[in-house]
Amino acid sequence: MKSMKKTLAMVAAVAMAGSVFAACGSNTGSSSITTAATTEAAATEAASTEAAADTEAAADTEAAAETEAAAETEAAAETASDEGKVLNIQVWNEEFKSRVTDHYPGYEEVDATHGKIGDVDVVWTITPSTDNAYQNNLDTLLPGNADAAADSKVDIFLVEADYALKYVDADVNVAMKLSDLGITDADLSDQYQYTKDVVTDANGDLRGASWQACSAGLIYNREIAKAVIGSDDPADVQAAVADWDTYNETAAKMADAGYYMTAGYADTYRVYSNNVSAPWVQDGKVVIDPNIKAWVDATKVQVDAGQTSASADLWGDEWAKGFYSGQGTKDVFCYFGPAWFFNFCMHSDDDASIAANGGWGFTVGPQGHFWGGTWICAANGTDNPSLVKDIILAMTTDKDVLKDIATKDSDCVNSKSVLADLASSEDGNIALLGGQNPYAVLAEGAEKVDMSKLSIYDQGCNEEFQAAMKNYFSGAGSYEDALAQFNSAIVEKYPELTTD
Amino acid sequence: MPNKDLNVEFTTRRKPNKIDRLNIWGYIFLLPFTIVFIVFQLIPLVNTIYNSFFENYMAGLKQVGPNFVGLGNFKELMTGGDLTKYFGNTMIMWILGFIPQIVLSLLLSSWFTNPSLRLKFQRFFKTVIYLPNLIMASAFAMLFFTMFDITGPVNSLLVKMHLIDQPFSFFTSVGATRGLVAFMNCLMWFGNTTILLMAGMLGIPVDIFEAADVDGATPTQVFWKITLPLLRPILVYVMVTSLIGGLQMFDVPQILTNGKGDPMRTSMTLIMYLNKHLYSKNYGLAGALSVLLLIITAILSFVVFKITGEEELNRKTR
Repeated sequence: MKSMKKTLAMVAAVAMAGSVFAACGSNTGSSSITTAATTEAAATEAASTEAAADTEAAADTEAAAETEAAAETEAAAETASDEGKVLNIQVWNEEFKSRVTDHYPGYEEVDATHGKIGDVDVVWTITPSTDNAYQNNLDTLLPGNADAAADSKVDIFLVEADYALKYVDADVNVAMKLSDLGITDADLSDQYQYTKDVVTDANGDLRGASWQACSAGLIYNREIAKAVIGSDDPADVQAAVADWDTYNETAAKMADAGYYMTAGYADTYRVYSNNVSAPWVQDGKVVIDPNIKAWVDATKVQVDAGQTSASADLWGDEWAKGFYSGQGTKDVFCYFGPAWFFNFCMHSDDDASIAANGGWGFTVGPQGHFWGGTWICAANGTDNPSLVKDIILAMTTDKDVLKDIATKDSDCVNSKSVLADLASSEDGNIALLGGQNPYAVLAEGAEKVDMSKLSIYDQGCNEEFQAAMKNYFSGAGSYEDALAQFNSAIVEKYPELTTD
Repeated sequence: MPNKDLNVEFTTRRKPNKIDRLNIWGYIFLLPFTIVFIVFQLIPLVNTIYNSFFENYMAGLKQVGPNFVGLGNFKELMTGGDLTKYFGNTMIMWILGFIPQIVLSLLLSSWFTNPSLRLKFQRFFKTVIYLPNLIMASAFAMLFFTMFDITGPVNSLLVKMHLIDQPFSFFTSVGATRGLVAFMNCLMWFGNTTILLMAGMLGIPVDIFEAADVDGATPTQVFWKITLPLLRPILVYVMVTSLIGGLQMFDVPQILTNGKGDPMRTSMTLIMYLNKHLYSKNYGLAGALSVLLLIITAILSFVVFKITGEEELNRKTR
């Protein structure tokens, strides 16, 4: 009897201990995400302080321009007088904030996450994209946005191409139609078609706009080009990477000379994945495109031949060492990236970096592609529609603003005429590219970008596929094993999909 | 007799005595715990079990379900084959960490409690071995992630000391990744275990040790024949709590492998797998997984308890 009692007590105790963790499982998850988010936010903040220093210097020289802008601000403030007093903007990094700070007329910075436009307070909420935290945040806020308290309503949120379709969906209806804001097709006529396709819903309504045209190319290290190819002229380098066969030959030469062709296994991924023949998901089923498989095969060869690293993740420490000479395991010949890559990723604010010394060159590369880009959406339920409209128009259609962005931030802007203008003028010469003018190449690329193969699952599929294949490249498993891992990861993320 | 009882009841009903009046305070003091337990543990527990019978997730911004699917979620988990793999990973990493941890803790606690050694600075060492536990696990994991990165300090040190020619990629090697997770868990928890075991050892009557000393027992004999058997209740407690903690292993491998459980998901634990289902807010599958975990924990704890505690139970009931 006594042992019976003890056993019962034990079972009760175990059940209780179990209940503790049944509740905790999800708890721990979310708390660790927040930790990661905070750490990253701290990191971004640190980065932004540096950026802020730059901004200030620039602001001084532009003081004259600002006085002009002040007049405009008053006008904006007037139209907004009967609207909300707080403009909430949801972003995942500092990029848009610094663009607005530098280029939106009348924006005054208060501190790292607050600003003022006229008498409207601007509140920036930065949630890093890591672990899907940014989208999770939007998913909680946006559906109930119309009923939220006036000061906490989201007014503007940003999206990336990888998941833009999720938020511009007509049924979901979380992003306002631009036509409802009063923005007409004529206002946007100078923008590239692909930037509109990304944010067009199934009914053909436009629900966002971008200031960037993100056609991308191959950014090469001039020193290494001289040493191995014999010239750092874009045309000569292009000849050495004109298609995948010549690219692979050059990669072999780079490895012989002691260099990495690319910093990490995932660098060429976008070039392949933008040139697929069908979307990731067809009729609810995930399909591996032949071109994606081609990426796997080519990269495996390169990793095995020591032409790239199987452990360097995109944005990781090891990957970023290639922006300097002599810091990583090997120096890196090229990165693939669009114009935002120049200013935003290549550590050009650090004097020791290759970028700060103008050591990079730009060419098309083996295949045209695009990467990223940020779209501004007006959140349904916003209480500042006229201010939101003004911000969207100013940031994505005002040619002076766009030209400023291009010259100051080396960004490739979403305006055919501004790009044409830059391509034929010295303003388009970029210091970190050794004075090269990349705009003709970028503009030509932007015309060719084809967004018809986009699906709402792209971000999850792209991330999980690269993560799974990393195991194949590093030798931890076979291609079939890695594929199985990808399949289970996809079904976890998107329970509604099936795989082979 | 019955008359007397009746009398007592009658009087208490009319005028409660002092003990009865104080009893109410007992219930009041119990209230905070009961409320917290019901709100934060019992309701979520029941809710989790309830959710496990439904298909309920987000597809993009669209809600799917909740549709009742009976045991469908459990069937999906059991037939997927992934569950056993992640259970295996979890147990391997727990055992890899627990064995050195318990050996180290037993050794340290028997040194600390041995009066004949007269160890100096005991308090200092006790604090030092407990310190790793005070660091947040995620911070600790982040630190190791940076240190053991292919371009990190450990690799450059090893290369400079000519112990290896090429930097070693720790996080693409199954053994190294699992080993690091186990090592970190061991490092974080051996101090805690040592303190627990010391409490157990100090609870053993000194006269038994003295008697053994007089009888000429060697320290090894004392350890195996006296300390260890008498320590059994605490050892069982340590085993069970560590096992439950081990099954819930999450933060260290999650941060160390960036949530991926690389290489090839060989360091993905059950809770990391659970966390994966929260991407799509898949309350159904995640709930079913939680219920399965509860059952696994109950069974394993019972087994540990049976194996290590049976003899003692038998002895006492006899």
